[in-house]
Amino acid sequence: MINHHPPLELLFDYATGSLPEPVALAVASHASMCSDCRKQVDAVESLGGALLSSIEPEEVSKDALRSVMARLDEPEVGAMRCAAATNRETTEVVPEPLLPYLGRGLAHLAWRGVGRKFDEVHLNLAAKGFKASLMRLKPGAEMPSHTHVGTEYTLVLAGGYKDNGEQYGRGDFALKDSSHEHRPIVDTDEPCLCLVVLDAPVKLTGAMGRLMNPFLRV
Amino acid sequence: MDNDHLSNLIVTIANAGDRKAFADLFKHFAPRLKAFAVRQGVGSTTAEELMQESMLSVWRKAHTFDPKRATASTWVFTILRNKRIDMLRRENRPDVDIEDVPERASDASSADEDYQTRQTRDLLRHAMDELPADQVEVLQKAFFEDKSHSVVAEELNLPLGTVKSRIRLALSRMRAALPESQI
Ligand SMILES: [Zn+2]
Repeated sequence: MINHHPPLELLFDYATGSLPEPVALAVASHASMCSDCRKQVDAVESLGGALLSSIEPEEVSKDALRSVMARLDEPEVGAMRCAAATNRETTEVVPEPLLPYLGRGLAHLAWRGVGRKFDEVHLNLAAKGFKASLMRLKPGAEMPSHTHVGTEYTLVLAGGYKDNGEQYGRGDFALKDSSHEHRPIVDTDEPCLCLVVLDAPVKLTGAMGRLMNPFLRV
Repeated sequence: MDNDHLSNLIVTIANAGDRKAFADLFKHFAPRLKAFAVRQGVGSTTAEELMQESMLSVWRKAHTFDPKRATASTWVFTILRNKRIDMLRRENRPDVDIEDVPERASDASSADEDYQTRQTRDLLRHAMDELPADQVEVLQKAFFEDKSHSVVAEELNLPLGTVKSRIRLALSRMRAALPESQI
């Protein structure tokens, strides 16, 4: 049961195509798990479809049809969607849009331990000014209190945590900006796996934060 | 050409690799795709290229088209959107993979439903015309100028809340015009 969704405006920006890649990745991953949000995205796309069908047509070049027809049998090149060599364990947890960014099974990623509370692995994304990573927090892990200069997008993939009295589990999407101070605590028996996207550094609010804060390292 | 006919053309391409169906589809969509791209401000040469790449994608991805999920125009719009992102940002935009999406409630097609679908598609086609001008202004800026809703608010000199509520109003209109199986 998913209880936390991206705001409608974020789904709207995703569907019009104006979100930067890392944020689009988080939104697409959530939508692949959430039929409610997929319906919202479909509705925005249908606005795009209505705009397309009502637009005044523009003359295309004379040989356009011929030159496209000539290319129909060309093999498709540069498709990013390489068949990721993953196992069942991974595909059950990792949503489809995220898989190509991993390229291998969860157990074989370059996990880097940060303190004793969690591991993380950076995702290779070209967008400037953004950081995206997978974080795996141990049961009982308590994160230092922090706020954000920019925005933090979190999508829970496994396990769960509690933050300011709210429960977050698989599929839940959390958006935190400078108006939130938060302190997530993993309260499941299994580790909590999250996709975390940041568009600016975090501001630490606790004394211990500097050493411990996972978000500082991304 | 109505959306049902266009849908059938895409399905025919998927099932039979039918080049005649592709040529028909091209006649309808190519000039619209180019116009859409021109409205997005990319210049005529790039617009032409974007249109041709999009049409090529239509051919290649025809098997992912689900006529129960989207109209032909909506599906082709998403192809153009993704092509533009690939081309202009040189980023690979993650997309919701249709094959990953759980099956929707089964829709055994009955004559009644077909009739209803046609009705709602006609509604959809005119939904844009029926939206109030202030909502259309926000939508056009978002779709044609690749602006996020907060940038749209800034440029129209409107409070963010106003832009958000216009988006919400337009969407609820749109949802009302779509059959349950498509929303
Ligand atoms: Zn959702």
